[in-house]
Amino acid sequence: MSDTSPAPEAPSIDEAAITAAIDAALAAIAAAPDTAALKQVRIEHVGDASVLTSANRAIKDLPKDQKAAAGKLVGQGKGRVQKALAARQGELAAAEEEAALAAETVDVTLPTDLRPRGASHPLTVLQDRINDFFVGIGWEIAEGPEIESQWLNFDALNADPEHPSRSLQDTLYVAPEGSGMLLRTQTSPVQIRSMLERGAPLYVACPGTVYRADEIDATHSPMFTQVEGLAIDKGLTMANLVGTLDAFAAHIFGGAPITRLRPNHFPFTEPSAEMDFRCFSCGAREGLDHDADPNCRVCGGTGWIEMGGCGMVHPNVLRAAGVDPEEYQGFAFGLGIERILMLRNGVSDMRDIVEGDVRFSQHYGTEI
Amino acid sequence: MPRIPLTWLAEHTELPAGTSALQVATDLSRVGLEEEAIFGAQVTGPLVVGRVLELVKEPQKNGKTINWVRVDVGPEHNEDLDNPKDPQPGEERPSRGIICGAHNFVEGDLVVVSLPGTVLPGDFAIAARKTYGHVSDGMICSGDELGLGEDPTGEDGIIVLGRGHAEGLTGEPGDDAIALLGLADEVVEINVTPDRGYCFSMRGVAREYSHATGVAYTDPASTVEIPSAEDGGLAVRLRDDAPIRDVEGCSRFVALEVRGVDPAAQTPRWMARRLTLAGMRPISLIVDVTNYVMLDLGQPLHAYDADEVVAPIVVRRAQKGEKLTTLDDVTRTLDAEDLLITDSEGGEGARVLGIAGVMGGESTEVSEGTANIVLEAATFHPISVARSARRHRLPSEASKRFERGVDPQLPRVAAYRAAQLIVEYGGGEIASRITDEGGIAGPAAAPIALPLGDAERVVGIAYTPQQVRSSLEMIGCTVEDGTGDGAEGTLAVTPPSWRPDLVIREDLIEEIARLVGYETIPSVLPTAPGGRGLTRAQRARRAANRALAEAGLVEVTSYPFVGEGIFDALRYAQDDARRGAVRLLNPLADDEPLLRTSLLQTLLPVARRNLGRGEESVAIFQLGTTSLSRGEGSRSPVPAAAQRPSDAELEAILGALPLQTRTLAAVVGGASGPGSWQGEVAPWGWADAFDLARRAAAAVGADLEVRQTERAPFHPGRAGELRVTAADGTSTVIGHAGELHPAVVTEFGLPARTSALELDLEALIASAPAVIAAAPVPTYPVAKEDFAFVVDQSVPAAAVEAAIVVGIGDLAESVHLFDVFTGEQIGEGKKSLAFAVRLRSAEATLTAEQIGAARSRCIAAVDSAVGGVLRA
Repeated sequence: MSDTSPAPEAPSIDEAAITAAIDAALAAIAAAPDTAALKQVRIEHVGDASVLTSANRAIKDLPKDQKAAAGKLVGQGKGRVQKALAARQGELAAAEEEAALAAETVDVTLPTDLRPRGASHPLTVLQDRINDFFVGIGWEIAEGPEIESQWLNFDALNADPEHPSRSLQDTLYVAPEGSGMLLRTQTSPVQIRSMLERGAPLYVACPGTVYRADEIDATHSPMFTQVEGLAIDKGLTMANLVGTLDAFAAHIFGGAPITRLRPNHFPFTEPSAEMDFRCFSCGAREGLDHDADPNCRVCGGTGWIEMGGCGMVHPNVLRAAGVDPEEYQGFAFGLGIERILMLRNGVSDMRDIVEGDVRFSQHYGTEI
Repeated sequence: MPRIPLTWLAEHTELPAGTSALQVATDLSRVGLEEEAIFGAQVTGPLVVGRVLELVKEPQKNGKTINWVRVDVGPEHNEDLDNPKDPQPGEERPSRGIICGAHNFVEGDLVVVSLPGTVLPGDFAIAARKTYGHVSDGMICSGDELGLGEDPTGEDGIIVLGRGHAEGLTGEPGDDAIALLGLADEVVEINVTPDRGYCFSMRGVAREYSHATGVAYTDPASTVEIPSAEDGGLAVRLRDDAPIRDVEGCSRFVALEVRGVDPAAQTPRWMARRLTLAGMRPISLIVDVTNYVMLDLGQPLHAYDADEVVAPIVVRRAQKGEKLTTLDDVTRTLDAEDLLITDSEGGEGARVLGIAGVMGGESTEVSEGTANIVLEAATFHPISVARSARRHRLPSEASKRFERGVDPQLPRVAAYRAAQLIVEYGGGEIASRITDEGGIAGPAAAPIALPLGDAERVVGIAYTPQQVRSSLEMIGCTVEDGTGDGAEGTLAVTPPSWRPDLVIREDLIEEIARLVGYETIPSVLPTAPGGRGLTRAQRARRAANRALAEAGLVEVTSYPFVGEGIFDALRYAQDDARRGAVRLLNPLADDEPLLRTSLLQTLLPVARRNLGRGEESVAIFQLGTTSLSRGEGSRSPVPAAAQRPSDAELEAILGALPLQTRTLAAVVGGASGPGSWQGEVAPWGWADAFDLARRAAAAVGADLEVRQTERAPFHPGRAGELRVTAADGTSTVIGHAGELHPAVVTEFGLPARTSALELDLEALIASAPAVIAAAPVPTYPVAKEDFAFVVDQSVPAAAVEAAIVVGIGDLAESVHLFDVFTGEQIGEGKKSLAFAVRLRSAEATLTAEQIGAARSRCIAAVDSAVGGVLRA
């Protein structure tokens, strides 16, 4: 491009003019309010038509002895200007990006629930937790039908033909009379099914829905959920029963488990016992030497929570299920899952559990 | 259940002084007698003896006359001076002024005064109060007010010491009347399990209390004096022609006469008091004694008016149509299975006196004038009594005991004990002859063989031979050495007569365990051999549940009971298989006698309930069981349970059960979320129903195919079958989804266009492949091709998609419908379906020629399969 503009007169490099141009450029750079203005500054002060660029072009025509000094003067000055430009460009660009992002600010507290998550029923969640406990100690989960045969629900379980639990006041039967079928009143028939199918040794937990001819109220429902446990092996004792219940209590209610057995009577176990768990809620949980809170909503001030029946499986039950009682023995127990839920989570009315109100389930979310 | 007054318990055991009811309940609970209730002292506070010093009768406007009384209640309680504004009658001296409405007392009588601060039964707190113009500073009490019942002589209103309730009692003003009248008695009510019939008596409970605490025990049956009497009392014939389960209804019948009893004789106060505490109402000396002996020993007794009974007494089964008016004044028609006590008025065994062991009849009842009585003490078969009591809804005190078994050794003892008490308090003479028909029931079974080590084997505690032996002896067993010695030895154990529940060695082991104490059993977690974890079905159910919860649905429960009306409400055709529900014999509600055959039958009402409680939309699901009847004729046999049923028997038992499966159903309707600043909230609709079904399927690893169908309760044009394909290629319908019929939506008050799905979850899970074979993941570039085909409106999108897949073959990586268009440009009865297809080869980059060929195959396949034309 050197030949495009013939010099009108002999060029001269005026040091003062150069210095003034540099100062003017630096001042303009510093004053540029935004990157657009800075671009204009660049054109004006270091563009083709600028004093500095013209001076630079003029150096070649200077007398030889002036070239070096003039080159240095102009070159250094232009370098300072370019550096200032770059620095200012960075500054302004960052500020502009910051401003742009600031302008995009949203209110992150806005609700985001376009389609809220639903919930599993707390009984399901609790039952899964219980099942996981048993799986964890090496047991399996056995299941069976809710409409069951009388033989499996009663006879195989050593219930006398006259046993009151067989009455129409207690048990819902399938029509017509003498059908031999009923809505199972316990999950024990699953124990029998498991023994018939798999024989011994056997370690199973049997959760499921059961039915009784009860009117519904705050603490009773004609439909509820049970989990029963059955362990059959060589040499199992009541001490193993206690050990299993202790481990279960610790898993479900936490803390150091204290369980208590009291003699009781059931047709399907001998010896039989009622199992109590030490209250997990009030001071009683600290141990047998600590008193219960007299107003404790969980234990009612007794320090103990009745949990269900248990015992050593009656030899008649083993025989009916094809297991030789001379070779194998074992224990069984039954717990009400609604009762555990009511105690553990403070549900005060059984109807809330069974009526299907979504608010009941939703409240729990996903309690893991 | 039995109520145990502590003072009565103390008669048979050495109950330590000051033992509380709570302590007794705790002790009894340890040996298996659970506490049902504790009744504390009935009266607390300053209940004292008072002497009536002066009384003035003051007639009132209402016609009544009241007494304004000055009573000396002892130096501790008296006020020294009268209230000057309300002076008491007579000379001023230390006393209290009390208003009393009763008139059966005079000056100088000793009465019972509840001073302010006393709390009477029924939580009735006494305070000074203004009444009839005076301040009554306490209350003079009647027997009723103290919970003692009406005056036994029927004369007095308030209690006067020396008469009625206070017969034989005296005291000084200020004496504690609570102790004097025995009102401080605490009572424990216990629950007795069916195997422990003997604990329906003070005799049995006292024995158990001594087991629990180690205190000394005296068997009250052992202290009754049994005179040696000759046979030949009132003639009794035991004639059971129809024994239940081959057991005679009456195995023993003792009849003992007492003659010349004073009909006016009173029940002693202590006995009436005990009966009341035990929950029975005192009636008359004879009746009260029979009840008292029953409560004490456990043997029910019945007293007949000997002058009304015509010998012989015959114990027999009822004849059809026979009637009896029982003591509760109800005329009952008897059942041929009822065991009866009859006499021979009008022919031998012609007149019914009562239902054996349940309740007597009116004809031979002891009355106010009865002086000669026959006492019956018998042993009846528990099952016979239980059935009669249940049949006639007569759970009497006697039947409760017979049902659980009564010590067969007791009849003679109890009869003499009752006779002696009657003579002691009512005079008369016990007959020298006694009738004792039959004998001691129960098979004289061989002793139970109990290896000494068995208790340890079952319980896990190393019991010493001494513990084993002494526990059994303590409960009344006879223990003899059997075979073997030492730890290898076996005991021969004969249970006592009152323990018919002890039959096998495990029964004895329980006795040893509970006497030594269940609390001594150690805690040892057994080591299971190691299971296989949850089954695939169990894991899959959790996954399906979780998938629907994540999709925004809430799991609920519902009862399985339905009525026939639901089938019509859901628009089932008359021949719809889902009308084949299992019917209950004794449903909880008469209008819901069936078990659901579809989960929607009970889930839709739950949806309605939620909407009724203020929900504005519905998104719920349930995993529940449904069943289908195999027909009313289905019978599940009930073989004997003595051994494992044969395979054929087992098959018959299980084969009769209704078809049952676990079903998954969901109902969605209304807005799918809350109103949002992000824009319009889409309502739940038919597409969601299918999407949720597919999500559930995907969660369990299965794949669903959808086909258009018509099915109740869905909209005829908006329902589909859900199908799974088995490994062998067979396609099975496992459920349905779609929008509900508008009439169903209206019926259940649901949001418009509410949609639902229901599928057989077990079948869905079973259809999922156990193992998925890996597919290659080629890295050659993808080619994207779009197609729009114009087809008839009736052509399902799925058919077009299938044709595309078949036409393109292996190169088709994915085919996805992204648009449906109808309109004038397309033509009447037509629709345009647009698909995005991704092509990729596993071998090389696709060439333009390969892609072109794939396009051509696709177009040709759609044309030939569904007549589709590529839209220009």
